[in-house]
Amino acid sequence: MQVGLNHYLVVSALLFGLGLFGILSRRNAVAILMGIELMLNATNINVVAFNRYVAPAAVSGHVFALVIITLAACEAAVGLALVMAVYRNLETIHVDEINLMKW
Amino acid sequence: MGELAAFIILAIVTLLPAVVVVTNRNLVRAAMSLIPSFLGVTGLFVLLGAEFVAGIQILIYAGAIAVLILFVIMLTEGGTGLAVRQVNEQRQWGALTAGILTAGLVVILLGTPWQITAGTLPRSNVEAVGIALLTDFVLAFEISSLVLLVSLVGALVIARREQ
Amino acid sequence: MAPITWLIPLLPFLAFWLILFFGRRLPGQGAYVAVGAMVAAAVLSIGLFFRLAGGAETVHLSVDWLVLGDRPISLGLQVDPLTAVMLLVVTVVGSMIFIYSIGYMHGDPRYPRFFAYLSLFAASMLFLVLADNFLFLYMGWELVGLCSYLLIGFWFERPAAARASLKAFITTRIGDVFMFIGILLVFVTLGTLGFRETFEAVENGRLSGGLLTLTALLLFGGAVGKSAQFPLHVWLPDAMEGPTPVSALIHAATMVAAGVYLVARLFLLFFASPGHEALTVVAWVGGITALMAATIAVVQDDIKRVLAYSTISQLGYMMLGLGVLGYTAGVFHLMTHAFFKALLFLAAGSVIHAIGTNDIKAMGGLARVMPSTYWTFLIGTLALSGVFPFAGFWSKDEILLAAFHRNLPLFIIGILTAFLTAFYMMRVAFYTFTGAPRWGTGTGGHGAGSHAGSGPHESPRVMTVPLWVLAVFSVFIGFVGAPFLGNPFHQFVHAEGVEALPPNLLVAGLSTVVALAGIGAAAALYRWRWVSPATVRRAFQPFSTLAERKYYVDELYAWAVVRPTIWATRVLRVFDLYVIDGLVNLLGAAIVGLARLYRVFDLYVVDGVVNLTGWITTKLGSVLRYVQTGRAENYLLVIAAGVIAILIGGLLL
Repeated sequence: MQVGLNHYLVVSALLFGLGLFGILSRRNAVAILMGIELMLNATNINVVAFNRYVAPAAVSGHVFALVIITLAACEAAVGLALVMAVYRNLETIHVDEINLMKW
Repeated sequence: MGELAAFIILAIVTLLPAVVVVTNRNLVRAAMSLIPSFLGVTGLFVLLGAEFVAGIQILIYAGAIAVLILFVIMLTEGGTGLAVRQVNEQRQWGALTAGILTAGLVVILLGTPWQITAGTLPRSNVEAVGIALLTDFVLAFEISSLVLLVSLVGALVIARREQ
Repeated sequence: MAPITWLIPLLPFLAFWLILFFGRRLPGQGAYVAVGAMVAAAVLSIGLFFRLAGGAETVHLSVDWLVLGDRPISLGLQVDPLTAVMLLVVTVVGSMIFIYSIGYMHGDPRYPRFFAYLSLFAASMLFLVLADNFLFLYMGWELVGLCSYLLIGFWFERPAAARASLKAFITTRIGDVFMFIGILLVFVTLGTLGFRETFEAVENGRLSGGLLTLTALLLFGGAVGKSAQFPLHVWLPDAMEGPTPVSALIHAATMVAAGVYLVARLFLLFFASPGHEALTVVAWVGGITALMAATIAVVQDDIKRVLAYSTISQLGYMMLGLGVLGYTAGVFHLMTHAFFKALLFLAAGSVIHAIGTNDIKAMGGLARVMPSTYWTFLIGTLALSGVFPFAGFWSKDEILLAAFHRNLPLFIIGILTAFLTAFYMMRVAFYTFTGAPRWGTGTGGHGAGSHAGSGPHESPRVMTVPLWVLAVFSVFIGFVGAPFLGNPFHQFVHAEGVEALPPNLLVAGLSTVVALAGIGAAAALYRWRWVSPATVRRAFQPFSTLAERKYYVDELYAWAVVRPTIWATRVLRVFDLYVIDGLVNLLGAAIVGLARLYRVFDLYVVDGVVNLTGWITTKLGSVLRYVQTGRAENYLLVIAAGVIAILIGGLLL
């Protein structure tokens, strides 16, 4: 049995689901960021797989993946900086205790 | 046949640590588990013939981001201890939602007739990516460099301790 | 050239606002701004003057301002020779006084405000002389009155200054009311406020006879008040409570001359009245004022009051000159007088600044201490006395010449006044600058100056330089009206229909002799002391007492005006207290009752509705607020659920 596009898509969907579950169930902001990273990885697998099977001559999928990785790095840096700032000001990084947006 | 075996192994290497990442109550362990998961994704990239992306993946994710996350976990020690509850009260609802969504995604993805093109990747992958970045995607390339700069400055400003 | 005419009054006006708002933060605490604006206005005025003197046409700018019924009121500015002369006087003398004030007012706590008021005054005065219609003239007229009030009362901590400012304001207002009635009369009769249109109407005979005389005399009422003519002259001596530069600028050189300017500007109205009746009244009022003020000046001991009465007297002289058809002579005397009287006031200010008192009996021997002040004061005195070849000689001579030809009794009054003028001016000069010092050491410092020094000393250069500039003018300005030079001033400023008079050596000689006699008499009494002044005073009883009490005019006003007014006020107060207040209180009580009624309605109906709305909103909010948990993960869950909903929707459709 050949490895086809669907195999990769299923793996990426599962990885995406795991990341989403992490985001929804964690209360630690850092853990939520980890979930986001997983979801981004799932997307990358998806994009590269499509590139391989749908348009192998072009490399646009690779470029997409590179851009996504770049933005993921940015997101991680800014997000973690925000976590630091929140921790300094509110002395907690549990998002269910941070309810300044309420009312 | 060898390709399938490699794919199955890599999928397991990717997904199992990911489960640890989202479920383990020890945050450090969760963060450490990110690394094998990222490496598994790297392997999938190699399998898909994207060597350059795989290299970048190792450098950025497995190297930089994982280390950054570990740093932050250490710096915010008050919220990461083992004794602290790590899950919130909507966990079951989250699991349900994530499950439904994943199931829905799988159904849709498998149900869609993708147009598979039989072709081969360019032989020199890195060269092709470089040319594409500086010709067709030069705008995206420049903008992402700008975004990098802005986020660098922004992260510094936000994380800096006030006087 | 025409557009810059607007700039002349605008510059000091802008300076006024600048200083008012930014005051101490401006260069020189605002003084340099005021001086700069004034000097710029002076340069423009000089340019304008020479253009007109070179034969350029009269500048006239005007716009239709509004239409009352079928009467368009057009307002504007005009510059004819008379205006050009006034502009020159106001800006040049004004600049000198502004510069002098830098030194004189140094250290005053309200220093910037002083310059703001001065600038406003200059702007108003320039506006007044530039006006081409009665309305603008009246506006400028009232504005200078206001500035006069503000500046006389500049040191309002002194009760005397506060009272003097009120007196000046109210007294001049009496004249202004007459003037206002006169202006309304012109408007009602002719339907215009422009000078040019009015003059045309008078020439066409649309305004003539008794009505014209009445109008002219009513307008002259304003001039009587502003120029301190008998019987409204009482405010000017009291106005000397203001700072000396103010006395020099407003109460000697410019504002009080506005009355003379008014008569000159409207000369045609006076001239055209049947048999020159209005002009005869002007001449007699001027003559009486001139003689009366001169006699009072002889017995005054306050240096500024002597100068004030002298100013009244000289203004009377100008009125006399205009009244005997000496249009050019009157205006000419206005110009020369502005220069040397400003000089005299500034020199007197310099003395006061040094010695700290106004009393000439407490001065003496100052010639050695303050040479610049002494020499400039002497030049001013000689100019005022009418000694050849100083400025006053030429202008006074022209007035006397006109009087000699047209009204002999007034000529005699003029000669008498000339004698008295020379006498009292030299008396002041001798008392102040010669003889033994009567001031003790340690005297010195002034309300504004306040520098305790060892005795009086010469004023700083910022004060003496303007003195010398004005002194040079006082010596030479008269030559522009010298007959042997062809009297260029007469060529420039003259009234239509009045024939020029040939120069008369007899009159000129007589006036010189009289002036020298006055100087000699003063010297005999106060320098060489051949006769004791007290003996002379006794010899002239009861006239000397009459003069000392200023002819009881103030007392007469107190008895005839102030006392009945106070009595009427008392009566009205009772009426006010019981009848008017009663009515007001009744009305108030009724309204309070109504308000009580309304309060009940307000409390239960209006407030009830408002509270109900608020209550409903609160309840709704407290239900809806559970949706807004403020927790990010809840929102994320909802987002994910939303994605599922979209998915299901997409699959179903």
